[in-house]
Amino acid sequence: MMRIARMVLDPLLAGILSLLMLAALLVVSGYPVAESLTALWRGAFGSWSVIASGTLVRATPLLFAGLAIAVAFRAGILNIGAEGQLLIGAAAATAVAMIMPTSLGLAGALLVLLAGGLAGGAWAAVAALLRVRFGVLEVISTIMLNVIALNITGLLVRGPLQEPTRIFPQSALIDQALRLPRLIPGTRLHLGVALAVCCALGLAWFLRYTAPGFRLRMTGSNAAAAASAGGIDVRRVMFSAFVMSGALAGLGGAVEVTGVTYALYENLSPGYGYTAIAVALLARLNPASAIGAAVVFGSLEAGASAMQRDAQVPAGLVGVVEACVILMLLASEWIGAKVQGMRSLNRGGTPHDQVLEASSSPA
Amino acid sequence: MSAPAPRLALVGIRRQYGPVIALDAASLTVQRGEVHALLGENGAGKSTMMKIVFGLEQPDAGTIHIDGDSAHIRSPRHAMRQGISMVQQHFALVDALTVAENVALGGTARLDLDATRAHIRELSAASGLPIDPDARVRDLTIGAQQRLEIIKALSRDTTILILDEPTAVLAPQEARELLTWMRRFATNGGTVILVAHKLREVLSVADRITVLRKGRTVFTGHARDTTESSLADAMLGGPDMSSADARVIGATRAHSRQAVHSSSSAKTRDVLVLTGVGVDDAQGVQRLRDVNVTVRAGEIIGVAAVEGAGQQELLRVMAGRTTPTRGTATLPSDVGFAPEDRHRDAIVLDATITENVALKGAGRRHGIMPWSALRDAARTLMRLRDVRAGDAQAAVRTLSGGNQQKLVLGRELSGSPEALVVESPTRGLDIRATADVHAALRAARDQGTAVIVYSSDLDEVLALADRVIVVAEGHVREVAADRDTVGRAMLAPADR
Repeated sequence: MMRIARMVLDPLLAGILSLLMLAALLVVSGYPVAESLTALWRGAFGSWSVIASGTLVRATPLLFAGLAIAVAFRAGILNIGAEGQLLIGAAAATAVAMIMPTSLGLAGALLVLLAGGLAGGAWAAVAALLRVRFGVLEVISTIMLNVIALNITGLLVRGPLQEPTRIFPQSALIDQALRLPRLIPGTRLHLGVALAVCCALGLAWFLRYTAPGFRLRMTGSNAAAAASAGGIDVRRVMFSAFVMSGALAGLGGAVEVTGVTYALYENLSPGYGYTAIAVALLARLNPASAIGAAVVFGSLEAGASAMQRDAQVPAGLVGVVEACVILMLLASEWIGAKVQGMRSLNRGGTPHDQVLEASSSPA
Repeated sequence: MSAPAPRLALVGIRRQYGPVIALDAASLTVQRGEVHALLGENGAGKSTMMKIVFGLEQPDAGTIHIDGDSAHIRSPRHAMRQGISMVQQHFALVDALTVAENVALGGTARLDLDATRAHIRELSAASGLPIDPDARVRDLTIGAQQRLEIIKALSRDTTILILDEPTAVLAPQEARELLTWMRRFATNGGTVILVAHKLREVLSVADRITVLRKGRTVFTGHARDTTESSLADAMLGGPDMSSADARVIGATRAHSRQAVHSSSSAKTRDVLVLTGVGVDDAQGVQRLRDVNVTVRAGEIIGVAAVEGAGQQELLRVMAGRTTPTRGTATLPSDVGFAPEDRHRDAIVLDATITENVALKGAGRRHGIMPWSALRDAARTLMRLRDVRAGDAQAAVRTLSGGNQQKLVLGRELSGSPEALVVESPTRGLDIRATADVHAALRAARDQGTAVIVYSSDLDEVLALADRVIVVAEGHVREVAADRDTVGRAMLAPADR
């Protein structure tokens, strides 16, 4: 019961907090608050078609990348590279789509998605190998790989994958037959949205009910005990989780090009891979909860475009709010951990860090 | 009243965590210049009381007096300003820093390492606690780390020193030195509050003793007026329990002898054989040299060693957790292992009891986790091993240390492994849990399991073991199972 309640309440609370912060920012920057927030609301939840075409479509890459972050974090891997893995997935999907025979129909589209997932996984495998073999901190390597991925995408859309007229820095359009079908005619709600939800539920099931999922969770919670008491090959588990994480992000990129943009652009992602960290934290790394969390951030992104269009408020303001939400989430996670630490202190756990904390805090 | 006000007095202290009452009308009176022992089973409220004295916790009711004046200890920092320091079982040291830097870390003045170093040398000389101000903490032995904690406390002009189970981590020689030091500190006007489990040790050093049971002060008096058995009575309560603890050590030995005969038929089979085993650490230092050990079914092998003699490596080789650098280790396919650092190496604190039970063999498992069967197995194990917890879905973090250890042992013994390796199995456990753990180890032995036990408490090794092997400077040899022989062998490396 508690868990279900939190799955709904946490995102709701985050949404309300974001709106309050946005209102304050609007006041400070001198924009009309009521008008701007109305535009935001209309852009995010104003009508069924806006919800389907705006919010849910925006939420989809966030959900894929959010799942990527969640599964990595659950395994104890701080993969900050969802952004790069998503871009590489998108690029690979586009490249495969260009050579895929159109006669295959939906099967062809699925192969294109598969290519994206594989490429994202392969990209993550670079950082995974560096981590598992050489102990390179994945936080640093994945951020570097993000920059490399962004530049590779830029290179591709000006070189091998550039559209035939060679004018615009983008790929040619993906053939109609390889695009993801729309779920509701007249909206932009595509098959990828359903696929993302399936991935979320599937991942939740995987972690809870399968042996590899169990190994992944135990490795993330206490790698030393997982290895010693469980006989688990923790390096292998971490490597697999890292690759799986990259594959989910890459799949998100592939879905984005085959379901929304139909072409590869250099700035395909407005930082989905980073916002996804907030999605995963808001969901407390729970894949099923990530659905709601992705919708919150998806609605903010969709609303931001509407606000820019209708009330001339720069969408960047919403970016500031998103970043603030991430900070608040990190703070609340930290507070949560602290509370838990104090509890373990009462039960004779390992209190030395708390004591350090207590004795080093300003008097 | 001519008598001076007590150095520290706690009166009518109550502390409640949700529905659990940790302390209820508990009191403690400590005089200047005494070593005051605080006794009690795990969960009796000792730790909570000490946390209140050290300002880590606030009482819900009751008063604290320091030198007769009512005091309110808001935080550890505040406690330290009043001369109260606490050395916890888990040290609060920064491994990468030097001794001097660690001491300077707690200070409030401007950082002056030269002055700190000089100050440490002074304190070290005055207190008789040898320590090198320039050594890095990670290179120090556990005993030296503890000395550093005490020096740290002294550097803050500590006059009331709380030591939580200080000898639990020490080799016998180091423990003796610490007790001697405590005595001297008290003679020179300091005050020591010693939280402890070992009755013999308490009686050897304490002036006065306070016993807590279920959050209440049930006894307070002079050590000279008490005996091990009267203290055990007070700790355990109830006449039927009264002699249970006194029997723990004594009865234990008779028990071992009996079993040696009863299971002699199973004893012929060699279960675990090490031949010419050597282990080098990451720096290439030889931790074990040419070890030849044979362990048979149905016997308990006690391992005795001082800190860092190579016993950690030996146990891990025997448990199949470390591959020897040289030689061969012939092990059964299933060896149970209960390592010393449970929280790091044996359990996942945030996972449930069921998940922790399921951890065994998780590396080889395929497909779907049979959670309902695993839950039943966990419940059975909890019943069988007397693991007390709300239910199998409770997080292991919420269990007491004793119940966590019973859970680990129960898991490692499930499936009746041919061999079981346990390291400091009762560290931090109270009398009752200790007795339970000992009983479990004997029961496993009687069922034909080859049991290998290491403990830093030599009495425990002797109480449990059918045969004793000693590790000294990486050499392993079998010795006669009497206290004197084993004690000497631990200090002297094997014949070279």
